Amino acid sequence: MDNLLAARSTMAITLGFHIILACIGMTMPFLMVISHWIWIRKKKKIYLDLTKTWSRGVAIFFAIGAVSGTALSFELGLLWPGFMKYAGPIIGMPFSWEGTAFFVEAICIGLFLYGWKKLSPYIHWISGLLVGVSGILSGIFVVSANAWMNAPAGFDWINGQAYNIRPFEAMFNPAWISESLHMSIAALEATSFGVAGIHAILLLKKHNYEIHKKAVIIALSFGSIFAVLQPLSGDHSAKDIAVRQPEKLAAVEGLFQTQKNAPLTIGGIPDAQNQETHLGIKIPGLLSFLAFGDFDAEVKGLNEFPPENRPPVVIVHIAFQVMVACGFFLAAVGIIFWLMRWKWKEHLFSKWFLYLAAISTPLGFLAVEAGWTVTEVGRQPWIIYNFIKTADSVTPVPGQIFHLSVFVIIYLILTIVAIWLMKRQIRALNESQEEEVD
Amino acid sequence: MLSIVIIFLLISVYLYCLLGGADFGAGIIELFTGKTKKERVKDLVTNAMAPIWEANHMWVIITVVILFMAFPGIYTQVSISLYIPLIILLIGVVLRGTAFTFRHYDAVHDHSQVIYSRIFAVSSLLVSFFFGLIIGALVSGKITVNPTSYFEGYLHPWINLFSISTGIFICSLFAFIASVFLVSESTDQDTRELLVKQAKLNTAIMVLSGAMVFIFSFIEGVDFAQRFFRHPASIAAIILATIALPFLWRILNKGLIWTSRIIAGAQLFFILAAFYFIYFPEVILLKEGSNISLYNAAAPDSTLKVLGWALIIGSFIIFPTLFYLFKVFKIDRSSP
Ligand code: HDD
Ligand code: HEM
Ligand code: HEM
Repeated sequence: MDNLLAARSTMAITLGFHIILACIGMTMPFLMVISHWIWIRKKKKIYLDLTKTWSRGVAIFFAIGAVSGTALSFELGLLWPGFMKYAGPIIGMPFSWEGTAFFVEAICIGLFLYGWKKLSPYIHWISGLLVGVSGILSGIFVVSANAWMNAPAGFDWINGQAYNIRPFEAMFNPAWISESLHMSIAALEATSFGVAGIHAILLLKKHNYEIHKKAVIIALSFGSIFAVLQPLSGDHSAKDIAVRQPEKLAAVEGLFQTQKNAPLTIGGIPDAQNQETHLGIKIPGLLSFLAFGDFDAEVKGLNEFPPENRPPVVIVHIAFQVMVACGFFLAAVGIIFWLMRWKWKEHLFSKWFLYLAAISTPLGFLAVEAGWTVTEVGRQPWIIYNFIKTADSVTPVPGQIFHLSVFVIIYLILTIVAIWLMKRQIRALNESQEEEVD
Repeated sequence: MLSIVIIFLLISVYLYCLLGGADFGAGIIELFTGKTKKERVKDLVTNAMAPIWEANHMWVIITVVILFMAFPGIYTQVSISLYIPLIILLIGVVLRGTAFTFRHYDAVHDHSQVIYSRIFAVSSLLVSFFFGLIIGALVSGKITVNPTSYFEGYLHPWINLFSISTGIFICSLFAFIASVFLVSESTDQDTRELLVKQAKLNTAIMVLSGAMVFIFSFIEGVDFAQRFFRHPASIAAIILATIALPFLWRILNKGLIWTSRIIAGAQLFFILAAFYFIYFPEVILLKEGSNISLYNAAAPDSTLKVLGWALIIGSFIIFPTLFYLFKVFKIDRSSP
């Protein structure tokens, strides 16, 4: 494996790991404070138990998120010094705000976790809420840095140097709204369905405790809102890249030839050699409509771009199909959930619905990973779109393969241990519930 | 604006050495505590650190953000030349934080506790050592922008006696700060005595390794000692840090918690101030004889202005909330 490929894989692995924890860190606090609120209002102990259970999850995942994030802030320089040299001064601003948001988050999480006996209930509750709010804010800030890589702005590029740096313009670049909106919704959706799914699995395993039912209701009521919104936001993102990064859209759709009345391809395998996408269902005109609001609009194909500037089409296309499939599935589960809550309340915890919820557990996270693959691989070969190529910014230090292997091993072990810890938490929870029933 | 950014950078480095350093030191103390007392020290460390450790480690992130935004030349050169020690440091950071949290939150307390503790304690030492080593490497004058070999480019800047001695010095410094900070957290006499003993031991190691830093700087041809003696202010700072020691002992024995903490904080301040007088504004001394400094690597004005304001505004948010956190968990508790 050459240095560049190893560095890219390291980046992908560390970010792919961090994003799961980031999603959890952005969402769990909200679930936690909802349950906490009900406890403060209704004083039913079950909600207190649930809050405490969730807060232990928050603590564990937050710590892994924080250390993997710290690693990332060094890694940007370790892997891509040729990128950070330019990017730092231009796009550092959201990172500096993000730093503040993290700080507030880290302080508030200390207050929430250890403040049960020391703070008044409302201040305590607010500290929990602030964990979530600053989590979302920090997510928005980093993503706007990433958006800048896709839609560079706020500087003049003269002879390979950046001049006239305008940090605000860089941060509020053309892509920041669509990306951070889509990402924030994704985090809220993925984690809520993940949490609901785990409690549904426990119910299916005959741990028939009230607490799991309450958990499913809270998590799905919250998450389903975002599941329904997400396809709309995704459509907004797609319209955005149609204008900003036409080669990304072409790769997403496996569209090789520029055409009017372009079809939307569902599924299928792009074949870069023969310049066509095999299999798959093609719906004529729909892509033109979705991208530009007009069935006859012209959509650019990959043929418009020199071969060395085309993103890897197979990965991007497949990743997109996975994301969209997950998205529609989760949206459907969300809608079914509300139908059940309104009309068939007594069947809410019937087996088939619990199965649906259980299947959804990993899907949101899968969609997040797939979505980031679309965004990041779809940007290749550029690290800063249309300005600097990834290959030109990689570190000169040889032996990247070791870096990659070490981090793969560490993150693998961490993942295993974290899952094992969760299992132990859950067992302890079930045992405590058992005692209460007796 | 450059000076405001630099002030924030210095504050972040100081607070990271103080608060993060106390955390690292706590792990080191745990590592070197005998079997019989280990359990008690562990509980002490856990209770003292748990609510605040996340916040303590934010300072390094602020430092890194300031570096890559305002001084990209420093950030990228360090990332390249000190690539290997940085990776080891990161591995330590990842293992340490997770082991600490897992130990605290694991629902079942069984044999795994021992493993978490081991990892936590060993990686605390590892991180402190490499942190110090990296600082030493920056000023060792062995970093080069045009390496002719792997050894010259990526190994020699940090594998040398000078950097290793700064690594040891930082370990003992952190352990020293931690022992002074922890004394007041403990309620039983036994543990207190143990910590006071640790503080004294670490002072001895600190003095020894401090002397080593000087000796090795001669051996390695690092101009640290010469520069030091050329700067009266840094000599004064080190003298101040040393004369504070006897006061500290008296006060520790008397049990004046906050005074002893403030003195330890002041000693760290003097040590860093000595460094500041010697090197400011230089950060990386290059083999080529030139240097990368806070002035010649600074980002354009428009960037500094934005960062400066972000830091000023951010500090209005951070310092009060941080103070509140410490008030709830540290001040309110230690006053009976
Ligand atoms: C729960 C997760 C999730 C779900 C259900 C979806 N997405 Fe997504 N998508 C993401 C999670 C995500 C993401 C991980 O958050 C990305 C990566 C970068 C970003 O801004 O969001 C993303 C990126 C992304 C992009 C690329 C944006 C860019 O490069 O700027 C497009 C075009 C879409 N999405 C479109 C969709 C559509 C049409 C969906 C219809 C259902 C959809 N997404 C569901
Ligand atoms: C957390 C969610 C993210 C995931 C899962 C993710 C995923 C990836 C992947 C898969 C790659 C490799 C692409 C390739 O080489 O083919 C990559 C590269 C990269 N990403 Fe992201 N990314 C994320 C967010 C971000 C953010 C927020 C930033 C910056 C602020 C960022 C900066 C980079 C950089 C600098 C590279 C290396 C250069 C490149 O390959 O273009 N990423 N990421
Ligand atoms: C889309 C990508 C990203 C999102 C949405 C995101 C979001 C988050 C969130 C919500 C946290 C809080 C910790 C937690 O809850 O577990 C966090 C932690 C952190 N992230 Fe990321 N992050 C992303 C990518 C990055 C990148 C590229 C960097 C590096 C520059 C980074 C640096 C950090 C740091 C330093 C922390 C630790 C802060 C703390 O202790 O609170 N993140 N991230």
